[in-house]
This record gives sequence, C-alpha cells and structure tokens, in this order.
Amino acid sequence: MEHLDIAKARLLNPTGMDEDHLHDALGIMLGGSIDAADLYFQGTTREAWSLDNGIVKDASFSIEQGVGVRAISGDKCGFAYSDDIVASALMESAQVAKSIAKTSGSGKVPAWQVKTGRSLYAPESPLDVISETEKMDLLKQADAAARAQDSRVKEVMVSLVGTHDTVLIAISDGTLAADVRPLVRFNVSVIVEQNGRREQGSMGGGGRYDYHKFIAEGCAETFALEAVRQAVVNLDAQECPAGNMTVVLGPGWPGVLLHEAIGHGLEGDFNRKNTSAFSGRIGERVASPGVTVVDDGTLDQRRGSLNIDDEGVQTQCTTLIEDGILKGYMHDRLNARLSNTVSTGNGRRESYAHLPMPRMTNTYMLAGNHQPDDIISSVDKGFYAVNFGGGQVDITSGKFVFSASEAYMIENGKITYPVKGATLIGDGPDVLTRVSMIGNDLSLDSGVGTCGKEGQSVPVGVGQPTLRVDGITVGGTQA
Amino acid sequence: MTIQSSTKEILEQQLPEALNYAKAQGADQAEIMASNDKGFSVTARLGEVETCEYHNQRSLAVTVYRGKAKGSASTNDIKPEAILRTIDAALNIAKFTAEDDCSGLADPELMANDYPQLEMDHPWDMDAERGLEKAIACEAVARDHKDIVNSEGASISSIRSHIAYANSHGFLGDYHTTRHSLSCSVVAADEQGMQRDYWYSLNRQGDLLDSPQLVGERARERTLRRLASRSLKTCQVPVLLEPNIARSIVGHFLSAIRGAAIYRNASFLTDSIDKKIFPEWFNIKEDPHVIAGLASTPFDNEGVKTHARNLVESGSLMGYLLSSYSARKLDMQTTGNAGGTHNITINNTGQDFPALLKELNTGLLVTELIGHGVNIVTGDYSRGASGFWVENGEIQYPVQEITIAGQLEDMFNNIIAVGNDVDTNGSVHCGSILMDNMMVAGG
Repeated sequence: MEHLDIAKARLLNPTGMDEDHLHDALGIMLGGSIDAADLYFQGTTREAWSLDNGIVKDASFSIEQGVGVRAISGDKCGFAYSDDIVASALMESAQVAKSIAKTSGSGKVPAWQVKTGRSLYAPESPLDVISETEKMDLLKQADAAARAQDSRVKEVMVSLVGTHDTVLIAISDGTLAADVRPLVRFNVSVIVEQNGRREQGSMGGGGRYDYHKFIAEGCAETFALEAVRQAVVNLDAQECPAGNMTVVLGPGWPGVLLHEAIGHGLEGDFNRKNTSAFSGRIGERVASPGVTVVDDGTLDQRRGSLNIDDEGVQTQCTTLIEDGILKGYMHDRLNARLSNTVSTGNGRRESYAHLPMPRMTNTYMLAGNHQPDDIISSVDKGFYAVNFGGGQVDITSGKFVFSASEAYMIENGKITYPVKGATLIGDGPDVLTRVSMIGNDLSLDSGVGTCGKEGQSVPVGVGQPTLRVDGITVGGTQA
Repeated sequence: MTIQSSTKEILEQQLPEALNYAKAQGADQAEIMASNDKGFSVTARLGEVETCEYHNQRSLAVTVYRGKAKGSASTNDIKPEAILRTIDAALNIAKFTAEDDCSGLADPELMANDYPQLEMDHPWDMDAERGLEKAIACEAVARDHKDIVNSEGASISSIRSHIAYANSHGFLGDYHTTRHSLSCSVVAADEQGMQRDYWYSLNRQGDLLDSPQLVGERARERTLRRLASRSLKTCQVPVLLEPNIARSIVGHFLSAIRGAAIYRNASFLTDSIDKKIFPEWFNIKEDPHVIAGLASTPFDNEGVKTHARNLVESGSLMGYLLSSYSARKLDMQTTGNAGGTHNITINNTGQDFPALLKELNTGLLVTELIGHGVNIVTGDYSRGASGFWVENGEIQYPVQEITIAGQLEDMFNNIIAVGNDVDTNGSVHCGSILMDNMMVAGG
C-alpha cells in the first residue's frame, strides 16, 4: 500500500482526482471491440550536475508529469497522452485512444484490486539526501583524483545524475498498482595525451539507491582511477587485427553480448510476430551445454530492476536459456495474451508518452566452473576484450555487433599487448553455440546500461562470467 | 491549453513575464526556450491498423546566470506558477555552480532581430484514418511478392511543432515547423533464413512525400535483394556507401568539429582550421535558410542569427560548429550552431550510381551499417556492415556479418567520388560516397 499512497499523493490528489475518475476513464474506453485499457500516471523529478575543465559550470533540474492512456482491441492499440493531469484531459485522452475501436460499447471495470509489488529499493527521493555542496564536492573529488593519478590527464568530465520516478497504473481488469523508483548514476571520463596521441577512458556506475552509496564506497576516487587506467592502456594500443578469431570476453559489462545476441531476439513482440531469428525455436539448442541465461528484474537496487513493470506486473527471474536449450521469451501483457501465455513482468515504457513493449531488465549468464586465468591460457592466439561501448542487433537476420573499448591480444596463452577498440560482429542464434569455456567469476555491470528500442530508452543491466567464444569476427584494421 | 492555441499569450505575456521574474529574483541574464509538438502516428501491419498514437508534448527550458554562474531547469507544465517554480529551481542551481568567464547569453548584437520566414510550416490535411489507408496501401505494395513473408508494418506520422525563444536582451522569436513521414519495413525469407529492410520518405510538406507505391516498392526491393546473404573473406578493398549510409560519414565529421569536442581536446580534428581534411574538390556547405528545409532555422537556440557558410572549401576545414560558450572558450565568434547543424550539403563529382559501381570495380557496396564503433577522440572507426560484393562493376551477391574499419582521417582523405544520387530524406544531403582502401573483416 505504501507505494500506492505515495503515488496518489503525488499524482492524483493535487488535481482533485481520485480512483473514481480512473474508473470513469477506463469505462469510457471499455466495451465494443475494446477488450482492455490502461492508464499510466507518471511524475518524474531529475537533476544532472556536470563538471568539465575543472569546474562545475552547469546543472539542470526538471519536473515532468503526465498520463498515458491506451485502448487495446485484439492486437491493435490506440494511444493518447496528456501532460496535464486533470480529469477533463484524462477523459479526452480516453476518447481519442478509443477511436481505434471498430465498434464501441460500454464496459464495466471491476472493483480495484490493489497489486503490491516487491520492495527492491527505497521509495525516498535520492536527490535530496545530500546537499548541493556535497554533490559538487563529489564531482570535484573525482576531477582531482583523476588529475593527481597521472600527469597525462588533460581533461576530466564528471557527471552526477539522479531521478525520482513515481508511477501509478490502472488497468481495466481492476488492477491498481504503483511504484516509486529512485535511480542515480555517477560517471567519470578522461582524456589523456602523450606525444600528441589522445585517448579516452571512462567509468561509471549507479542503480536504484541514493548518492550516499557513491560517497560511502569512495566512487569519486575508484571511478576516476579506473577511467585513467583505461585511457592510459589505450595510449599503447596497437592496430587491431581483422577477421574471425577466438575471443575471450571479460566478466560484467561485456555481457552486452547477451543483451544484443539473444536478449532482443527473445522479446515477446518479435516472436509473436515471427520476425525474430529465434521465433518458434523454444526447446531447441541455441547455446553450448552449460550456458544458462536469465532476465532478472528482482535484484536489489539494480539499475534494470523494478518492483513492478510498467503494466503493474510483479517482476520475476525468467530463464531464457537453460543448459543451452531455449526456454522462454520475455513478455508484456499484450504479447503474452496474443501468444496464449502470461506476462513475465517485462512490459516497460520510456515514459507516459510512450507505449509499453517487452523490454529486458537485468540480463546475465550464470557462472560456470573455469578459472578465468585458465580460460586465457587455453588460447593460442586470440582477442581478449574487457570493456565495451554499445551494441546493436538486427533481430530478423540475427546479426549483432558490440564494440570493444579496451582489448588485448592473447598469444600462447598470455595477454601480450593492448589493441585499439574494434567492433565484433556475430550471429545471435549461432554465437552461444561457440562458447567453449565459462568462467566461475560471474559479475554484473556497474549500473550504466541504457537500452534503445523503437526510439524508447530504458535503464537495463547486463552481466556474465569470463567466456571463451571460438570464433567471432573482429573488425580490426590489420590484415 | 497548449502553446499552439495560445501563441500570442505565451509570446507576448508569459515569456517576458517569466524573464522579468527571473531578473527580479536575482538573475543577471536569463533565457527560455519553449516548444510544443502535436500530431499523430499510425502504423498498419498485415493490412490492418496496429497502433494509432496521438502526440501532444510540451517542454519549457530555462537558463539563468547569476553573474557568470549558470543554472538550468525544465518542465512540461506550462502553467504560470509551474514556470515560476522552474525559474526558482534554475536560480537555486546558479547559487552553487562556479563562475565561468565564458558563460552567459550570446552577445546582444548577434541576435536575429529580423529573422527570415523559412516556410517550414505546412500543416497536412491528413488525419489518422486517411493516414492509415496510405500506410495500408504502402505495406500492400511492399508485401506483393512471394518471398515477402512477414511485415513490421508501414507508418504515417505527422507532427507540427511550435518553437519559441526569449532572452533578457529583449529578443523574442518563434516559428512553426511541420514534419511528415511515411515508412515501411518488411521481412523476406528463403531456406537460409529471414532478412528485413525498410524505406522511408520525410518532408516538411505532406504532399511532397514519396508515394506509398514508391516507398513500398523500395522497401520490398531492398528487402528481397538481401536474401541469400553470405559473409566475405577478410580483405582490403574500396567501398561504396549508398547515400543514406554515406550521410553517417558526414555526420562523424560534424561530430568531430563540434565546439564542445574541440575545446575539450576531445576530437581528432582539434587545431584543424585551414587544414586539408578532404580531397581538393570536396566542399561541405551549411545553409540554415533553405526554404522548407528539414534542418532550416531562422535563429539558433541562443537567438543568434544563422547564416550560410562553407564548412569545408577545396578540402580544407573553414570553421567549427560553435555556440557562444564554445566560441568564447576558443576565443572565436559563435557560428549560430547552438542546438546543432542546419542543412548540410556536399558537392558531387557528377557520376550516377551505375557509374560509381563501375568506378568501384571490385569491392564492397555498403547498404547498412550497425553499431557504435566510432571514436571521435582518436578517429578510429569500426562498424558492422551489410551490402553487396561487386566485381568488375557488377553486383555479385549480398553480404552480411562483416565489418568495415579504418581511421576517419584516412577515410575522409580517401574519398574518390560522390554521386549525384542525392538523398534528401534528412538534414545532411549527399550522394553515394566511393572510398578507397578500407579493411573489411569477415568469416
């Protein structure tokens, strides 16, 4: 009840609305060929502080709110939204959303059933827990730590971002649910220069907690040192080879491999429509024995975690691949219903002004039993990548890419020299069948991932243990 | 209440009142940018409506300066009391941020006091229902082949925006723009698997969009030709980029000359004014005042008058993309690029696409690039690609699961020709680009 009380106080009470208005708006839509409808109220407070050239020269603060109204008829959706949370705008949006219907009627929305979600994070605003001066100090400490670490550091950029998001969801089946979501992120990136050559490095982290954690864990210092370390490694990076080779991926953030190679392809909308390279392949082998991949929205304080998804469904840990066999897809309510199954709590949306769709939460591979050192020493000649930028996938052909930002050559079982970043390209349904060794060092990323799909961005997490993959194409520049 | 329905009130009362409030509360300078986007997008899939979305989004962003200390705040609530709260939030931030000699509004003499009317507002006599008919027609054309087995749908979108900007120099300006589009994406399959591709048309005038027939045909043909794609052996060859892909190469150049990247030494093109970046015959022009242009703007995000100029002349870099802040950091003058670039065109060398294929002779034609492997600090470039293998000027077979890699500085230098097959579906207009000597990695 706590989340619902907070959400009502934040979103409904100031405008004089109550639960009856929600009933009315859903009632306007329901009936005839409209078989479901929902309302998504949202209020978001956000701040961003940034430092560059040695000073905190800018910061921004924003407050946004609105309500999204969706009417569903079979596989068809009508959608309208308003940034004014008042009864008249809500009813007007309901009329507009309903225009999708071929026939209209009148429906009755059952009495509210309040759905309580998990309690994975604290509902308090993460923005107000420290003073503005303390926020600025955090940025300045990171700047100072980076500059003190190495005289080749020429530029330091630091950012601190906090968001407090309150959502209230009302659905025509009587579901009434709410969530209050904190999200913070702290980032340090540096540019180093040596003999006219410049390189960058960056480190960030965050999650659904508040700024105290950055202070308690000394993140200003650790992030700054890690950013400098990466940049300095790249100063010595040589040209990267081109072609198909054995690749060892480090633990944690390189799990972006899973997100791109299989995650998107297992989202319920693509599979319901049969446009994914994984469509119709449940029960088939899509990975080597020992490979188990899950999407888990229930991890405490993680960036990709949610108490409930954006359709009021409690999040869960969904097994996608178990011991190499494809087990399941990630669903929202609409695609679950059309696929005769139930939502897996993966219905997410960027905001009230966007339609929900199946999205990942925290996607990772479970640990195996190899020592990471043994994995590296098993490779005669190969590519070892420990840090990555982003990736992208064509879910229909299954081809995916992800771009290394810190990588090394392995020769005769030893890490020899750093190479420049390169894009790796592979085939989603094939790549995990080439996994030949799985490390015992599962780790999740530090909390920096943002996933884009059809123009909508949502925070996500990834993770994996060290992996040996026998054959991915590495997009280097050397023959 | 929307901005559009109360343009006069917003402009002549709310914005000046808000600026006065900011000054009364302690701001030495202030600026406000307000916008409202309104319209619809409708998607048809497999011959029926799939989604119909109505958009109406507002935003209002305030920047204040206490002396040389800056604070920013924004909201989507434009009720007068919410605007004042937003100003208070910006002023509060400016109590903490550091003074910076380079910060502040653009200089008053640069304001676009007599800004041109660029005919960017063309409301389309089109509603969701008739838009849906067009989308259905477009998708039907695209699906009209036995190997097209599925569809991601066809969409029509129509958005009208109102943008208003005011600052404490007394500048006050606003304009309306429209943006209409038609797009379609379908899936083909053979025994080797599925392929999808798409096509689209984008214009400020709805009646100038390509027809549903044309967009559908191109989506269909682009998808079908990818069937039976294979990989390539790793090789070093010349590469021809289709116009819609070639645009991204110009985009990387524009990212590398952004003032914020230059003053931070975060670009491989730092200290490059007057240096030769491209071949001798190569020119890049920016013109903010193209009538009905997709990236036209009468003034930039600081109220600065925009003007046409050459970014690259005879292969040499003529200037950066500067706001007043990055200009002051570099001891230069703003170029009216606060908020981005405006209508970029590159000159072509006269060949049509078939002539460029002949000139490519043996190499790779790229029709799609994916991923983010572009490092503006170092110029290192490595992206996933698909396209066609070409021998003796003839397309041989489709290829996929390959990468192209190089160094942007070399790639710019290695441009051999630019086609006259200019794609106008965006803010950068260019033809196909033929580039020598890129590393192609394959299986």
